[in-house]
Amino acid sequence: MRRRSFRELPLHLMLLPGFALVFVYSYIPMAGILMAFERLVPSKGMFRSPWVGWKNFEYMLHLPGTMQVLWNTLFIAVMKMGAGIVVPVLFALLLNEARSRLFKRSIQTIIYFPHFLSWIILSGILVDILSPSTGIVNGALGLLGISPVYFLGDPHWFPFAMVVSDTWKEFGYGTIVYLAALTGISPSLYEAAAMDGAGRLRQTFSVTLPGLLPMIVLMSVLSLGNVLNAGFDQIYNLYSPQVYRTGDIIDTLVYRIGVENANYGVATAVGLFKSVVSFIMIGISYMLAYRLTNYRIF
Amino acid sequence: MQASLGRRAFLVCNYLFLTAAAAACLLPMLNVLAVSFSSSSAVSAGAVKLWPVGFTLKSYAFVVGKPEFGKAFLVSLARVAAGVPLNMLLTILVAYPLSKDRKQFRFRNFYAWYFVLTMLFSGGLIPWYMTIKMTGIIDSFWALILPGAVPIFNVILLLNFFKSLPEEIEEAAEMDGAGRWQALWRIAVPLSAPAVATLTLFSIVTHWNSWFEGLILMNSPSHYPLQSYLQTVIVGRDLSLLTSADIARWSEINDRTSKAAQVFVAMVPVLLVYPFLQKYFAEGIVMGSVKG
Repeated sequence: MRRRSFRELPLHLMLLPGFALVFVYSYIPMAGILMAFERLVPSKGMFRSPWVGWKNFEYMLHLPGTMQVLWNTLFIAVMKMGAGIVVPVLFALLLNEARSRLFKRSIQTIIYFPHFLSWIILSGILVDILSPSTGIVNGALGLLGISPVYFLGDPHWFPFAMVVSDTWKEFGYGTIVYLAALTGISPSLYEAAAMDGAGRLRQTFSVTLPGLLPMIVLMSVLSLGNVLNAGFDQIYNLYSPQVYRTGDIIDTLVYRIGVENANYGVATAVGLFKSVVSFIMIGISYMLAYRLTNYRIF
Repeated sequence: MQASLGRRAFLVCNYLFLTAAAAACLLPMLNVLAVSFSSSSAVSAGAVKLWPVGFTLKSYAFVVGKPEFGKAFLVSLARVAAGVPLNMLLTILVAYPLSKDRKQFRFRNFYAWYFVLTMLFSGGLIPWYMTIKMTGIIDSFWALILPGAVPIFNVILLLNFFKSLPEEIEEAAEMDGAGRWQALWRIAVPLSAPAVATLTLFSIVTHWNSWFEGLILMNSPSHYPLQSYLQTVIVGRDLSLLTSADIARWSEINDRTSKAAQVFVAMVPVLLVYPFLQKYFAEGIVMGSVKG
């Protein structure tokens, strides 16, 4: 037994630096959740500030905009999740039909690219191209006789602008796993289907889609954990007070309450609410993924 | 085999559609590039589409001449130079022990959950900020590197890759007297070169692109990395102070060309690593998500 412990010692040593860093920067902040239950007095610090129980949560629930923010978050996140499955699947199917390898590769290279740019860069680009007076998007709409739309400044359009621009950034990247899954479908299935007289369309519905289904299920299930993640980076960099009504999400609200208004207790309470709901959703989604597709993280 | 008429019509439409989609990904970038090279009068007249009008390098001269921009660019380069090796070292050191099974490493599951839990649950923004403040690295370069030093997602990708390596090779090395450290650095890591390359490139892009830490953990703007600096310049941090009329004007004022030039310069490093990235990352992503 001693010998075995000794043999495992190097493995412990390898883990030590990572373990320590994660302890400091991930576990200590978890202890900071206590702040959600107190009224933080900066001079007294976290451990001596007065306790207020659930007051911060009650305050949060009674803010007039809370339900709206929760709704905005769900609305934007769910639409992004839907588009994030449908569009990549569609693209994988269409790319799969293209015969020229060079064409396929070039298209893939181009559509993956926006994924690698930050939302800072992209917001610089989006603000410019979506501008109602000088942007090329409204220029193009003008040619079709549509009057300019202020995508980023109109509360009605803002959530859709977020969903479309996020889908635009990520669909190429999302396509990768479906293309990989497509290569795993046995060619003999197509031959058999062709023998039975199935045309291309019939083959797509009877062979390709069922072949992709496990991956579609897996990706949809795993995305459940993101139901309260509507995309802080994107929204924070593109929104403005005039679209708060429809564009404010939990993460941006926490930022404004906590960082801009220095109301730490309430911000932590809102953040804790989000973490707990996300944690439950992730738990459920991993369980479902395991049950449905045998997926395990490691 | 002669394709049917319907089939050929479909193929033509398909090629056109895919080309249009790719164009939709590329044209916005080209538009901004064209704006950055155009004269400000042409830009404010709305004459610039995809080709520069009144070609000029003025906006680039302006960007290069701005000391803050250069400073922030260097901070970002330093961040990549220091942060990526640290990320990779820790990713490898954490992933290797976790790739062993319970029989070979009794505490494996304890450690695995210890790391994975941080991916599922976090203290949230404010406690995170306060912890970093408590460790005394606020406003220092370390704040950009240490809190995210162990990228758990990458650890999981790499540990799955390590697991897929044939066990026999390591056993043979052990027979020849290699210890765990030697098995890691001389066998497991070299055999995982594609995975390590993918994760290195992911790590480069992550460090280059991140802006939020810089913005809130640095007190003085002179310590901002490039994306944080651009955030203040391009997005403007006090949007809340602007009226709606201001915002309408703000998208129109003619620092459009200079913003476009800065956006483009910040894109250049990604454009430079992208060709290398491209070769590996499809494999990298698939390795992370498709395995059964």
